[in-house]
Amino acid sequence: MTTTVFPGRYESLSAIRDFVVNVAKGAGFKDFDLYAVELAVDEACSNIIEHAYGGENKGDIELTCDSTDRSLIIVLRDRGRPFDPTIIPEPNFGLNIDQLKPGGAGLFLMHKMMDEVYFDFSIGSGNVLTMIKNKKTELSN
Amino acid sequence: MEISTTQYKRCDVIKIVGRIDSYTAPNLEEELKSLIENGHYKIILDLSEVDFMSSKGWWVLIETQKATKRYNRGELVLVNVQERIRESLSLVGMASYFKVYDDLTSAVASF
Repeated sequence: MTTTVFPGRYESLSAIRDFVVNVAKGAGFKDFDLYAVELAVDEACSNIIEHAYGGENKGDIELTCDSTDRSLIIVLRDRGRPFDPTIIPEPNFGLNIDQLKPGGAGLFLMHKMMDEVYFDFSIGSGNVLTMIKNKKTELSN
Repeated sequence: MEISTTQYKRCDVIKIVGRIDSYTAPNLEEELKSLIENGHYKIILDLSEVDFMSSKGWWVLIETQKATKRYNRGELVLVNVQERIRESLSLVGMASYFKVYDDLTSAVASF
């Protein structure tokens, strides 16, 4: 298990992605699965900065990565505002382009790219986001 | 991220090198807005050297597409989108908003 703390600013995203990609590669992920992990973590951290902290340089993002025989587990912790993920509407990409409004795509992508996504908001412990990507059968053998 | 723009007779080609995320997307947005403000509505985005794009980048492209297509004055098309970006785009259902070409010549000829 490896844990690193990153400053909560968009400039950190590149380093955050590289960190996670390195761990995921070491765990045997490749091709689109590797990109999926990279994308999910980027979306999650962008959301933390924008929504949990309400902007850049207002707090840190603690990132923990762990790998088991079956999966890659990514845990993100922040000290920003909690939110209710169940009330965020899914973007509707079947609409005419002029009807599209930004918002909700990050959360939607996280769910699409990862196999499991859990939020935990506990007073005093901060917000904890856990994302799990399962290894394909040939990786876990 | 590096951005370079080439003006052709009927369109403009913006080539991007690097990653498009919440940090770099505003720079791309500025470049695209500048083109539109100067009356350039037929835009090709060369993504051959872009190996990462988050939803922030996609929203910039969608807002640009809205602006270019208004009054049927133009369009934003994409060239050489890397497979993983294409796949993520299709997975979420955003692929239908853009024409994607495999080579620059075809994209330029489309205008």
